[in-house]
Amino acid sequence: MLLYLQLFLSFFKIGLFGFGGGLAILSLIQMEVEQNGWMSQQEFIDIVAVSQVTPGPIGINCATYVGYTATGSVWGSVLTTSAIILPSLIIMLSICKVYFWLSRRFQGNVYFEQTLRMMRFTVIGLIASAALMLIKPTNFIDPVSWIIFGAVAFFTVLPNFVKKKEGNILSHPILLILLAGIAGYWIYR
Amino acid sequence: MFWQLFYTYFKIGTFTLGGGYAMLPLIQREVVDRKGWIDEEEFLNMIALAQAAPGLIAVNSAIFIGWRIGGWKGVCGAVLGAVLPSFVIILAIAMVFTEWKELPAVEAAFKGIRPAVVALIAAPLFKMAKSAIGKPDSDSSQKGRNALPLLISLAAALLIWLGGVNPVWVILATIVFTLSALWLNEKITR
Repeated sequence: MLLYLQLFLSFFKIGLFGFGGGLAILSLIQMEVEQNGWMSQQEFIDIVAVSQVTPGPIGINCATYVGYTATGSVWGSVLTTSAIILPSLIIMLSICKVYFWLSRRFQGNVYFEQTLRMMRFTVIGLIASAALMLIKPTNFIDPVSWIIFGAVAFFTVLPNFVKKKEGNILSHPILLILLAGIAGYWIYR
Repeated sequence: MFWQLFYTYFKIGTFTLGGGYAMLPLIQREVVDRKGWIDEEEFLNMIALAQAAPGLIAVNSAIFIGWRIGGWKGVCGAVLGAVLPSFVIILAIAMVFTEWKELPAVEAAFKGIRPAVVALIAAPLFKMAKSAIGKPDSDSSQKGRNALPLLISLAAALLIWLGGVNPVWVILATIVFTLSALWLNEKITR
């Protein structure tokens, strides 16, 4: 029972402070599941990989997965998924109720807009920390790992510099993960 | 209304890979262009609010549109529709993954995938930093000043990565710091 309460509180917290969408939420999820011992670093990175190739928001995917593996029951998944949505429900519904008052009052408000602007920079830091925390010997086992890392990073950043459509097909995350998987199978089996 | 919203979001949730942001263009096509439930301007306001509010962007947008169109029933339909596809798929994967993981072939593939995932998390940072800084001004001194908040990104990353600080505190500190800096600035200039 205590486990269920802890899971609820953790994912409620992730939903409440998860600013900036899926990737920014990763660092929060990582911190919570690791500190509570619900998932190993490897399990975490594997589920992020699975999230990239399956449909749906990454936060829901992680919540559902942790809920099941931590409790061994479907109800664990129902609980964690509800917990991550609950803060959104409370906050977004409050916003909806005062929407017209809000949009008049906050549009052009310096305090509101500057805080949002600064938050974008914090979110960049959060995502960077999620990536940095995953650079560990368990995930980067040999020099080949770094070659894969470099190649994927290169093809993902490429569309920012090349305008041509043909070069951008390779930047699709699903394709890159599949290729990395094939490379891994071929090299390490 | 419950079923219509459920069906629409279920369809979007099933066919978008790559998380919340990838869902937005599909939501726009369904809700604004096809069904005409809300107009373009309200849709753009909705995106701004869904991004500013904490939580998952896809879920936030489902709540907003569900409420505007169908009240409580609409919210339930849209949120269930948005969440259910990934819930079912991940649950199925979670049930078998613990066994599959032991297979040498799967383990070998994941050895290749892990560094790729780290790259996929890190790579969008470049574009995000560019858009957060904004359009470069012709005045070069202004350009430097615009990039200054990147120090906040750096500090946030280091605090969490090396300091082990919970991201929650970093987020709260950003809000408090920005608001108090603006308040001080207003006091001094006045």
